[in-house]
Amino acid sequence: MYVELKHIYKTFDGFHASDDVSFGIQKGNLVALLGPSGSGKTTILRMIAGLDVPNSGEIIIDNVVVNDIPGSKRGIGFVFQNYALFRYMTVFDNIAFGLEVQKVKKPVIKNRVKELLKLIGLEDLGGRYPNQLSGGQRQRVAFARALAPNPHLLLLDEPFAAIDAKVRKELRTWLREMISQVGVTSIFVTHDQEEAIEVADEIIVTNKGKVEQIGTPIDIYHNPKTLFVAQFIGQSTIINNHRTLKDFNVNEDCSAAVLRPRNIKLFGKNDADSITGGQNGTVVDTSFRGDYMEIKVKIDDIVLIAFRDLEEPSLSVGEKIKVTIKQLHLFSE
Amino acid sequence: MANKKAFHKKESRSKPLPAETDTLTEISKVIEQKHNTGSKKVEICLIVISLLFLFVMLLLPLLVVVISALKDGFTAYMNAVTDSYTIKALTLTILATVIAVVINTVFGIFAAWTISKYHFRGKQFLVSLIDIPFAISPVIAGLIFILTFGNIGWAKGLADLLGTKIVFAVPGVVIATIFVTFPFISREILPVLNAQGKDEEEAAALMGASGFKIFRKITFPHIKWALLYGIILCSARAMGEFGAVSVLSGRLRGKTTTLPLHVEILYNEFNTTAAFAVSSILVILAVLILIARNIVEYKKKQ
Amino acid sequence: MQQQIVKVKNKKGIHVIPGFSLSMGVTITLLGLIVLIPLASIALTASKLSPMEFFKIVTDKQVVSGYIVSLSCALIAALVNSVFGVILAWVLVRYDFPCKRIVDGMIELPFALPTAVAGIALTSLYVDKGWIGGIFAQAGIEIAYTSIGITIAMIFIGIPFVVRSIQPVLEKLDNEYEEAAAILGASRRRIFFKVIFPEIFPAMLTGFGLALARGIGEYGSVVFIAGNIPLKTQIAPLLIVSKLEQYKYADATAIALILLIISFLILLLINIIQVRTSKYTNS
Repeated sequence: MYVELKHIYKTFDGFHASDDVSFGIQKGNLVALLGPSGSGKTTILRMIAGLDVPNSGEIIIDNVVVNDIPGSKRGIGFVFQNYALFRYMTVFDNIAFGLEVQKVKKPVIKNRVKELLKLIGLEDLGGRYPNQLSGGQRQRVAFARALAPNPHLLLLDEPFAAIDAKVRKELRTWLREMISQVGVTSIFVTHDQEEAIEVADEIIVTNKGKVEQIGTPIDIYHNPKTLFVAQFIGQSTIINNHRTLKDFNVNEDCSAAVLRPRNIKLFGKNDADSITGGQNGTVVDTSFRGDYMEIKVKIDDIVLIAFRDLEEPSLSVGEKIKVTIKQLHLFSE
Repeated sequence: MANKKAFHKKESRSKPLPAETDTLTEISKVIEQKHNTGSKKVEICLIVISLLFLFVMLLLPLLVVVISALKDGFTAYMNAVTDSYTIKALTLTILATVIAVVINTVFGIFAAWTISKYHFRGKQFLVSLIDIPFAISPVIAGLIFILTFGNIGWAKGLADLLGTKIVFAVPGVVIATIFVTFPFISREILPVLNAQGKDEEEAAALMGASGFKIFRKITFPHIKWALLYGIILCSARAMGEFGAVSVLSGRLRGKTTTLPLHVEILYNEFNTTAAFAVSSILVILAVLILIARNIVEYKKKQ
Repeated sequence: MQQQIVKVKNKKGIHVIPGFSLSMGVTITLLGLIVLIPLASIALTASKLSPMEFFKIVTDKQVVSGYIVSLSCALIAALVNSVFGVILAWVLVRYDFPCKRIVDGMIELPFALPTAVAGIALTSLYVDKGWIGGIFAQAGIEIAYTSIGITIAMIFIGIPFVVRSIQPVLEKLDNEYEEAAAILGASRRRIFFKVIFPEIFPAMLTGFGLALARGIGEYGSVVFIAGNIPLKTQIAPLLIVSKLEQYKYADATAIALILLIISFLILLLINIIQVRTSKYTNS
C-alpha cells in the first residue's frame, strides 16, 4: 500500500467528519473518494495533504507515518476545488512557484514549466493571468502547477466541480489520460458517481464520516455492500416490501431491497417476444430520456422504474404488461 | 494548434452574449422608465432635498472657512499661514501622522493576516478588541494615557526610566494619535482578505513557501489598494485629531501644539482670521485626501 | 491488523500557513501596549474609588446634565441623520444628476475635515451674526451656544456613518425584486415601505448606532458651538476635560467610565440586532 489511513478520527466542533476511517491505496492507482456533500471526503483529502490534522489515527505515505510532517514535506501535489491559482501571477509564474520555492535553478525551472505547458496544451498562454483563462484552462494550469515539483502523490479536490457540464466531459478523459501518462498515484474527491465510475481505477465510497465500500467501479456497481452504496451508485428503486414481488419471496430478514432499472424487462402486448410467467404490471408513466425510454410500472402497490430501448414498440400509460426481474439487492439495515 | 482552434471557438461563442445582455438591460431600462415616469417629481424633489442638505451641512462650513480666512486680505492670510508657530504645528502634525500611519500599517497588516489566515479560538473577540478605539470618545483616549503615564499614572516610572516625558509632551501627542486611528488600516484590509479566502496561501504553503514569501508574492497584491485606502483614511483622521491630543498636549505653544490645537488657541484668543487661515491649510489637506480617497476607491473597485 | 488507536498529540498551533506565532505575537503586543493596557488604567483608577464616592461623582447635578445633553443631542442628531441618510443614499444609488461623483465623494468630508475646523466653521455660521444664524436670529431662534447648535454639529459628524452603511445595501438590492413587486401591482409607496425599507433597515440601524456613539463621544466639533454653559450646554466629554484641567483625575475617570459603558452598550445592541437580522439576509 502506498497510502494508508489507519483508524482516522476527526471532529469539527462536535461534528464527526471522519469516524474510524481506514483504507489503503496501491501505488500508481487513480482513486476516487466518492460521497455526498458532508460525507467527509474532502476532510480525508485535506488530512492526507496535511491541511487538516486528525484527532487520532495514522496517515502513512510510502511507509512513513506523516502525521507530524508538514504538508510541504510530504511529496504531494494538491489541486484545489477552485484551483487557488495565484491571481496576481502569470500562468508561467504559477507553475514555476513550487520549483522556485525549492530554489531550483532558473534555466531548469524554465524548461520544466515549458514542458508542462506543452503537456497541458497551453504553450502559448504562459504570459496570461488566471482571470484571462477559461475554466477548463485554469484547471489544466492548476494540474500543471501541482505536478511541477514532481510529487509522488497527486490530490485533487472536486477537480471538475467549477467547470460547466459540456467541458467537464472532455476534461475527465483528458485528466485520466494525463495521469496515466505521468504515472502518479492520484486521489480525487467527487460527489458525482458518474465521474467516479468513468475516471477512477478504484472508488472509495464515503458516507457520514465512514467508508462504506472500496472497490473497482464495476465491482461496486454490481455488488453494492450497503443500501447506501446501492442507492448512491447507479439508478435504482428502493422497495421495502419486496415479498409482494413474485419469485422473490425469500425468507431472509431484509428490510429493504434495491432494484436496478437494467434488471427489469418489460413485455408489452405488441412485443415480438412474449413470456408466460412474469408478473402483471400497469404502465403508470413514460418519459423520453434521449437514448432510451424511462417507464414507471406499477406492480400491486410498488412502483418500479425500468428502461426500454427506443427500437422496441412503445408502451402507453395504462397498458397492462408483463414484468420480469433479473436481480434484486437485499439489505438488512 | 488544436488548442488555438478551441480558443477561437470560445471567442465566437461568447460574442453573442454581450448583445444578449444589452437587450436585457434595455428591456429592464424600459420597465424602469415606465415605472419611473410617475416618480419623476419625487426624484427631483429628493435630489433637491439632498443637495440642499449637503450644501448647508457640508459645503457652507467649507466656504465659511475660506472666506473668513481671506477676510483681512491676502497678506494677513499669508502672515498667519507662515507664522513660525503655524509651521511648528504643521511639522508636529505631520510627524504624529507619519508615525501613526507607520505603526498602524504594521499592526493592520499583521492583525488582518492573523485573523483571516489562521483558525484559532477567540477570533471574534480579538476583532472586537481591535475596534475599541472606534467606540471610545477621543477625550477618554487622552484620559487613559494620563492615567497611565501622568503624575498619578502607574507607568510614570517607566516613562522616567526611558528619560522621556509622555504626558504634556510630543510622545503623548503621538501616542494619542496612534490610539484613535488604531483600527483604521486593519479594518480596511480584513474584509478583502476574508473575501479572498486562504486557498492561494495554502497552495503556496503546501509547496513549501515561507510565510514572508507567501505574504509578499501572494497576499500583498490582493490588499495593496485596500492598504492604500486605509492609509489615506488613517492620515485624514490622524492629522485632524483634536480631543485626545488636546487632553495630552498641555498646549505648550510651538512645542506640543498640532495644527488643530493651534486653530483652537488662535480662535480662543479671538484671533479669528488667523484661526481660519490656519484652518484653510487643514481644509486643503482634507480635500486632497478626499480626492485621493475617491481615486483609490475607484481603483479598488476595478 | 493491530487494533490500536494512535493518539496523536494535537500540537498547539498546527497551522498550514507558516508565520502564525509571529503575526499573532505582533498583533497582541501592539494591541496590548497601545489599547488594552492603557485602557485598563481606567478600571484601575476607578477601583480606587469607593462605591459611595463613585456614585457621588456621577450623580452630581452638573455631570448628570452633561450626560443628558450629550445623549439627547446625539440621539436627535442620529435620528435626523437616519432620515437624511436614507434619502441621500437613495438619491446617490438610484438617480443620475450632474456632479454626482463629486457629491458622492463629499459625503466623507466630515471624516476628513479636522473636527476643530468643523467646530469653528459651524460656530461662525450659526452665531446670531453668521450667515445662517442671522436668519434664525430674526425669528428669535438662537442656534449657537444652545442645544440646537450641539445637535447640528453632531449631525455634521454623523452623516457619513448612515449614508455609507446604507449605500452598499441599496446597490446590491436587485432591481428585479422591485420589478416583481411592481408587476404584482404594488404602489410605489407600498414598494418602498414593504419591500425596500425592510432590506435597508438593518444597515440604517447600524449607521444610526455608529452616528449615535460618535455623537456621544464627540468633542472637537461640538465644544466650540456648545458655549459650555453649565447645566445647559455642557457635554459629557467637556466635563472630563475640565475635571482634568482641575487635576481631579478620579472625577474624570468616573465620568469617563459611565460614558464608556454607554458607548459599549450601544455597540453591543447594534451587534445583537445585526446578528439577528443577518439570519434573514444571509440565506
